Formats: sequence, C-alpha cells, structure tokens
Amino acid sequence: MPKILRPLDVYKVLPQTNCGVCGESTCMAFAAKVADGVADLKLCKPLFEDPKYKDKLKVALEVARPPVKDVVIGVPPSQVVVGGKRVMFRHELTFHNPTAIAIDVTDEMDEQSLVKRAKAIESFVFERIGQQLKLNLIALRCVSDVPEKFAKAADLLAKNVSLPLILCSYSPDAMEEALTVVGNKRPLIYAATKENWREMLELADKYKCPIAISSPGDVNMLKSLASTFMGAGVEDIILDPGTFVKGDSLAETISTFAMLRRAAIEKEDKAVGFPLMAVPAVVWMEEGDEVEKKMKESYIASILMTRFADLMVMHSLDFWTLMPVLVWRQNIYTDPRVPPSVKPGVYEIGKPTDVSPVFITGNFALTYFLVKGDLENSKIDAYLVVTDSEGISVESSVAGKRLTAEKFAEAIKTSGLDRKLKKKVLVIPGRAAKFSGELEELLPGWKVLVGPRDSSDIPAYVEKVLKREMESA
Amino acid sequence: MSGKDEVLNLFKLLDEAGELELEDVTIEAEELAIEFLPVMMQALVKAAPEAAVALKKVVELKAEKFEPPVFKYPGSIAEVQIGATRAEGGTRGKVIKIGGDTCPPFYRFESPPKNRPVVALDVFDQPVVPLAGPVKSAYKDVLNDPAEWAKKAIQVYGADLISLHMVSTDPTIKDTPVQEAAKAVERVLQAVDIPIIVGGSGNPQKDLQLFQYVGEMTAGERLVFASATIDMNLEEVAKIMKKTGHNVIALAFLDINQAKELSRKLMDGGVPRDHLILDPTTGALGYGIEYSFSVMERIRLAGLMGDEAFQVPISCAATNAWAAREAWMKVDEWGPREYRGPLWEATTAIVGLMAGANLFMMMHPLAAKIVKGLVELLSKPKLDVKLEEVNYRDWVKMRV
Repeated sequence: MPKILRPLDVYKVLPQTNCGVCGESTCMAFAAKVADGVADLKLCKPLFEDPKYKDKLKVALEVARPPVKDVVIGVPPSQVVVGGKRVMFRHELTFHNPTAIAIDVTDEMDEQSLVKRAKAIESFVFERIGQQLKLNLIALRCVSDVPEKFAKAADLLAKNVSLPLILCSYSPDAMEEALTVVGNKRPLIYAATKENWREMLELADKYKCPIAISSPGDVNMLKSLASTFMGAGVEDIILDPGTFVKGDSLAETISTFAMLRRAAIEKEDKAVGFPLMAVPAVVWMEEGDEVEKKMKESYIASILMTRFADLMVMHSLDFWTLMPVLVWRQNIYTDPRVPPSVKPGVYEIGKPTDVSPVFITGNFALTYFLVKGDLENSKIDAYLVVTDSEGISVESSVAGKRLTAEKFAEAIKTSGLDRKLKKKVLVIPGRAAKFSGELEELLPGWKVLVGPRDSSDIPAYVEKVLKREMESA
Repeated sequence: MSGKDEVLNLFKLLDEAGELELEDVTIEAEELAIEFLPVMMQALVKAAPEAAVALKKVVELKAEKFEPPVFKYPGSIAEVQIGATRAEGGTRGKVIKIGGDTCPPFYRFESPPKNRPVVALDVFDQPVVPLAGPVKSAYKDVLNDPAEWAKKAIQVYGADLISLHMVSTDPTIKDTPVQEAAKAVERVLQAVDIPIIVGGSGNPQKDLQLFQYVGEMTAGERLVFASATIDMNLEEVAKIMKKTGHNVIALAFLDINQAKELSRKLMDGGVPRDHLILDPTTGALGYGIEYSFSVMERIRLAGLMGDEAFQVPISCAATNAWAAREAWMKVDEWGPREYRGPLWEATTAIVGLMAGANLFMMMHPLAAKIVKGLVELLSKPKLDVKLEEVNYRDWVKMRV
C-alpha cells in the first residue's frame, strides 16, 4: 500500500507547542497541511533549530520523507523541485511538484543563438485559467567535447537567464570545468554512468549539486549506483532508466517507468525512491519527417508524464507541440477532489443596466474564464449568470443532466434579474440549445436566444445577432 | 572499540593526513555506507572537502538486484468480441476482440497486453453536426453518404472499425423514424466487412426504439450499441441485447458510482459480462480530461482487484477533443491547426490509453493514425527492438 501521510503521524513528531512560527495557529493545523503536501516541514523552525528537539527532528525527517524523494535543482527564485511523490494514482492524493520540463541547447551554438534560444525558453508562456504554463529548465548538451567550450556556454547561460541548468555530459572533465563556473547555482549533473560514476560522485559531493544516474536498459545497475551514492551520503539523485523510443522499444520504456515507480511507492524500495527522468528529445536522433518527430516527441512526453516522469528533456520549442504537454500537466496536477469551479451567481461584464442582455452558462472554471473573456472582447455591457453545473463543462453537464432548463430558470429567478430588468433577453449556450423551448415556458416575459456553440464566437454573435435582437426586444 | 568508534577514528586520521591509503583495512563497503557514512559526511562537509574526495576512493559499487514489483490480481477484464463471421451467425469478414487485460495498461513487466486497443472512426448518418474545419476537410467528399464515408475511413484512413452515429434520429434535430434511419446501418454493413458500432442520438426514448429495431434487424452480427445511459429503461436495453446477441456500451457521466450502477443493472438484466463495455465520458484535453483519466484508472484497478461490475473493457470518445478551442481555433501564435488539432485529439486518446481504455472513437485521420500506430507497437506480445542495440546515450551529443 502507498505510504500516505496522516496528519496525526506528523503531529506526533512536532513540538506541539502551538507557537505559530510556521504561520498556522496550531501544530495540528500545520500537521494537516504537511500531510496534504501543501506545507513544508521546514517551516517549523523550532523543530529544526532548537537542540532539544534533536531526536524528534530525526524521526520527523524519516516520517516526512516521501517514498520518492524530492530533489531541488537550481537556486531561488527560479529553482524547481522534482519528485516528492507519495502515491501512484492521483485519485489517492493530489500529485505535487509538476513534471519539470527542460528544453535543450548545445555548447556548439554561437553566442547569439544560444542566448536567443535560452531567452525564448525562459519567456515561453501559455496563459490558461488564470495560470501561466511555463518551461522550467535549460539542458545544456556538451556536443563539442571541449570542456572549455562547455563551461563557456554554461557561463553564458547563467549570465543571461535565471532558469536552472542541466549540464549534460558523460565526461567528468567537461563537467568539472562547467561546475567551476556555475556549480554554485545548483545545476543538475547529467549523468553518472557505470563507467564514470566515481568521478561524477565526487563532483556531486564537492559542488553539492543534484546528480542524475543514467543506466539505460539496466535497472540492476541503476539501483546499484543509486544505492552506492546513498551510501556515500549523496541523496539528491535523479534516475534515468533510459528513454527508448525506436520502434516497439517505447513499450519497454513505459513498462520500466511504471515498474520503478511502483517499487518505490508500493514496495518502499528506497534505492529507487528518486525522481524519474525522461528524455523525449531522443526522438530527434531518428530519421524522418520533422513534423512527425515533433508530434512523436510531444505525445511521448505526455505518455511518460502520465507514467510518472518527474523531469523531462525536450527539444522542440514549437508552441503547438508543447501545448498538449503543458495542458495535460496542468490537468493531472490538479486536486482530484475539487473540480475547478467558480461560485454560481451573477457576474457583471462592463457596466450593465436594466436594458442589458443576460448570458447564462455553467460553473466549470474554464467555461467561466472563456465566456467572461469573450464577452469582454465583444465590448458589451451584460450580466453573466453562472449556474451550478457541478464544475463540469456545459457539453458534459447537459448530456449528464447536471444542467437542465429547470436549473437555468431557477438561477434566473434567484438572481433578482427578473425584477430588475426592463428588457429581459437571455442568451443560452449553443450546446444547451435544446433547452430554449422549455425555458420560454418556464420564464414568462423573457426572450430566450440560442448563443454560439463555442464562446469564441460571442463577439461575432453580439455584433450580428444580439444587437438587432436587443433593439426589437 | 565499537565499529562506529573505529570509523570515527579512521576519520580523524583522514582529517589529519588529508589523504590516506586504506590498504589493510577490511571494512565491508556496504556496512560502512549504511551504518556510518552519514556521520562521516556531516563532519566532512564542515571540515575538509579534500578529504571527502579522497575518501570516495574507498567506495565500492554495491551490486544490487532490482526485484520487479509483480502483483497478483484477483480479477481480470472480460474479452469482448465485436462482430461475427458467417460461421458465427453474422456476415462480417473480420471480427475484433478487445479487453482481456490481466494487469494495469502496458505494465509489461507483469504481462503483455492480451488484445490490442482498437480505433473506431466516427461516421454520421447525416451531416447535421457541426464538424471542426480540419476534420471536415478530411471527409468533405463523403459527408452525404455514410456508406462511402465508412469505406473511406477504413480503406484510406485505416480505421479498425466504424462508429456510425444516428444523429438524424434526434427528436430535436430531424427526428428521423428509426425504420428509415436503419437503412443507413444496412448500407454501411453492406459497404464494409468489418464490425460497426451503432450510436444513437442521446435521447433515451428514441435510442431504445433504435436499439430495438436495428438490434433485431442485425441480430447475430454481434455489433456494438451505444449508449445505454442511466435515464434509459435499462431492463429493456438488457432484454434487447440478450435476445439479439449484440454488445452494448454503457455511458456514465464522469461518475464511477453511476458507471457501477449501469454495469450492475445491465448485467442483472442479462447482458453477459463479455458483451458489455463502459464509457465513463471523455472530457477533452484541457476540459476535464483529468476526471475521465481518474475514473478510468479507478474502474480498471477495481476490476483487477475483483469488482465484477468493472471487469469490462473501457471505451474512450477522444472525438470530444474537438470541443477544445486549442484544437481547432485559428490563433497564429498557437501554430498550424492542421497539426495542432490532430495532436490534441491524439493526446486526448493517449491519456485514455494510459488509464486503460480499450476502444477509441476518433475523428481526424491523422490522430487515428498516430493512435493506431502507437497501440500496435505497445501491444506486441514480444518486442523486436533490443535495447542494447539502441544508442540511447548519444542524445547528449546529437546534432539537430
């Protein structure tokens, strides 16, 4: 069974003084947040600083350690935390620490293109439901084989962008050269292998940097190396079991990721209890059409993210290839217990009066944000009535009868708009078109119009249809 | 001297010497690592980094064996056969089998998938449903003829089977009588020799009539009827399926309890377990897909753990991806729609695939091609590519 932390487990190892230093009024409240993964144990300063809690702290660290360790890459403010997983399935507990995505650059790029690409990675953003979906790291690949070149590129990156780095080279010489320049920024060392592990382990220890262990296709060696590193006191480890995508080898990759994660969580195999790293960018080593490769890289990233990858290196920086991956990441890391919804009620768009139209929709957060945005784009003053669709989209809630004509009518009646408005014009979603007849009956005195199926057509609809209808109403 | 003291002593020496050859010391590396190293490391961090480097030279590789965490599941998923050959009482040239899962999806370290998941392309009996631009352009020459549409979906686009949606029967659209609508089913069955899914309009009364009429008309073909919903007369649905030998998809709305109730009622009414498929509703990527994902995962795990109501294949309507504006809307900075849309639909299907779906209803030919190609690779009983022949490590130095 997965090791799910209960508030009481945490409470037992806290000072239990309700001192409030952590920001919570009681130790129990803090324990609940730690158990839920939304507060860090370190916020309990007395536990960490007061020598009298020394023994408690030892137990506390053991209790709080998730079966998949959390590893920090980079330094504030742009550091990323990967791993820290307690469960295999999001229906058991919200997943924390969204899969970090790195995009690659190489030490063979000229200065200008290197900085340009790095800045493009850093400034990449897709805004969605009030969140900014972004990329998290830059993976610098040592293609030149020249340590000085590698170090110079690392230096250039560190000076121009603040995203954390993954230094990719199997050569300890190149790695050390780069670490002498950017080692204080806590980059991820990629990678220790069965050949170079002694030197790489020394570097990880000397520079206090997290390190990836790469053992493609050999889980026994992967575990042996991780165990050896742990024994040497190096525990900020990331596991790279190899991302094989050629032909049917992808099947093996998917299985290996699941196998490692299950061993960490269900069997508490500590030597594999570390974040998993995937490299969808390997698609670019294959022959073939560029568009095909972009698609393949994108869906392999989505697959391996679903199969527990905590960190991924990708190559394509195209918006359309990254969009599905970023959106799926946004989705899978939401709290499964709460649908993203807004409070039902009346929302004002612009400055509506007693002759403004009324739009009605469901309370799925995305629906609300899209409809609100599109209404604002139409530069119209209107009321937006949000009905309780149990946080589900209009289409699904109409199909599942969570939204009905009665529910719409009820929302209008309780909104007070019935009494307030002189012109009573109600625009219903195109996907709820079939309610229109029934609504006319349920809401005497109202003119019921069927709006567009997709809210992006609202501006055109307002211009071409609604304005005319409002005049005749 | 205890082992711990011994090591601390050793450490003191190290500290003084800066570096020390450990020729005659016989401490098991494993023991050293587990028992004492944290103590040493703490001191090291504070004291002498050079000594740390020197110390590492005594660290030996700890050879470990990874034990694959193989579980025994008390249950398995029923195998559903879609279509019947002449010998079996139907007229199909090919039949399709789905399900039969004995472990979570693609956990090959437990067992390879028993049957490959399949892709059905959607066909509408009337071009009344607004189709997204990229989808419409793929079928524009056949939109008015479901039989030609079905042929194109199979012969040109490689669909495993066809999902024929009888949208014209919807009382709020055209209200075509079922006797008339049934002609489209007949024509499609004559045009293609693979099995089909017959989908209703979503109106519970009308769909029951459709199932009744078309079910009897095609008895013995072992088709799939979609969908039985909670507001239908499920006893009647079960009776029709039992009598005609067809399969049925039960559609629940993102609600695992509803899915269970549907499954129970249909099975109690006489639908055999190997004639039932569950569709927990697929939200588009970005529009509630995570609920579908979690419900599918829970259904599959519960089935494997022994809950009979859930020991049936799962259907995923990836077509719903086209409800997402990210799939079809023209926005320059989002990139070309002709790739973005199919990728959105393919990703929606792939999320379902990873949660355990066995049957996919899809629309865009390119999306269907991606998913079919993927499931073919992932479902092989034995893999061809040898990992040691793939130079994975070269990615660090690749030039692209």
